[in-house]
Amino acid sequence: MKNKMVTHTDELLHVFQDNQTILAGGFGLSGSALTLIDIVAKSHAQNLHIVSNNLGDRGIGLHKLFMQGQITKATGSFFTINKEAVMAWSEGNLAIDLLPQGTLAEAVRCGGAGIGGFYTKTGVGTALAEGKEERTIDGERYIFEKAIKGDIALIRAKKADRLGNLVYHTTARNFNPMMATAATTVIVEVDEIVEKLDPEAIVTPHIYVDYIVQTTYKKEGDFYVEA
Amino acid sequence: MSKLNARERIAKRIAAELEDGQAVNLGVGIPTLVASFIAEKEVYLQSENGLIGMGPPPEEAAIDADLISAGKEPVTLAKHAAFFNSADSFAMIRGGHIDVAVLGILQVNPQGEVANWAVPGQPILGVGGAMDLVVGAKKVIAAATLFAKDGSAKLVPQLTYPTSGIRLIDMLVTEHAVFEFTTDGVVVTEIVSDMDFATLQSHINVPLKQLKPMSCE
Repeated sequence: MKNKMVTHTDELLHVFQDNQTILAGGFGLSGSALTLIDIVAKSHAQNLHIVSNNLGDRGIGLHKLFMQGQITKATGSFFTINKEAVMAWSEGNLAIDLLPQGTLAEAVRCGGAGIGGFYTKTGVGTALAEGKEERTIDGERYIFEKAIKGDIALIRAKKADRLGNLVYHTTARNFNPMMATAATTVIVEVDEIVEKLDPEAIVTPHIYVDYIVQTTYKKEGDFYVEA
Repeated sequence: MSKLNARERIAKRIAAELEDGQAVNLGVGIPTLVASFIAEKEVYLQSENGLIGMGPPPEEAAIDADLISAGKEPVTLAKHAAFFNSADSFAMIRGGHIDVAVLGILQVNPQGEVANWAVPGQPILGVGGAMDLVVGAKKVIAAATLFAKDGSAKLVPQLTYPTSGIRLIDMLVTEHAVFEFTTDGVVVTEIVSDMDFATLQSHINVPLKQLKPMSCE
């Protein structure tokens, strides 16, 4: 059995390089791989393109990475909450590719599924359709959206077995299962590594997962803190 | 129940539109308040971050930071709740499997086209699930106070804010009246405050029709 377990997170520092595209699961901080993002922060990889619904929150997760100046481009659906990101964008220091949330999810799903792109009704006639190909199918207007793939995916799950089969926890699932299929190297952060998972309950099968890391965070009220 | 404020009255009126067995997505703001008025109905609340069967907020001791609404607030699970990923969630929304979406809006034009995601002159950096919900839900109800902070009506002859899509909504519920968008124009189906129809029309720069014109007086 290939050993995917990472005991010392410094072993992963070499994975992160300048100019990579990183898919980061999570909706806000729920389902965000905070321990893995700390490794990216420690790697000092620069000029990163982050694909994630948001850019972290309250000083942790992607917010930390952004504040360290490692992110130069972000693709996602909702960045308004992050005041520093809004400011960086207005000063020309951050490129943003804004997508409707469903388009973002489907683009990543396609990226992992060997589909080059798709036509969607979402966004037709809006500012977000500018420059995109439009096509009428059965009398309805659609726009073309390209699939998204990454070099690295940072995944947050609840449990893994030693091979990397994954189950998730409540709404922390969100973008993680798609992102786990759409990157060259996939790293997962879990609460617990177990001997066996119920095959009926596995959401992400092990073939997608390259490395497994135990989380260093715990939940405290509505926030996450280092354990 | 104590006297309801304008936002609560809007939410309560929208709750009356919902029917047993419906899958319903409530947006942030006034739409979220609708959940407080549906206790007697079997309505399944969908949250686009991956949950159908969303329950009320938890007590503080029971908060699970992972279990949140699309507004990123802690929630609980209703009976028969189910989780799914974001791609499945938006397939559900775009694919027409959500019966009703209740959305906050900034503006709506006489055809029922809405603007609810961006303000001119400000950075356009957040859209979330707004456009997917506008395009995909079987029925779209807008929830809004009738007037913006500057006193202008949100029902406008032409959108001056960026459109959310070409899909036309079905209904606008405000604290003064309920409006429906038909091929014949905007119909006031109910007046729910002490404002009479003539006064309502005088505030809104869009021709309004009354559902039941009083012709015998």
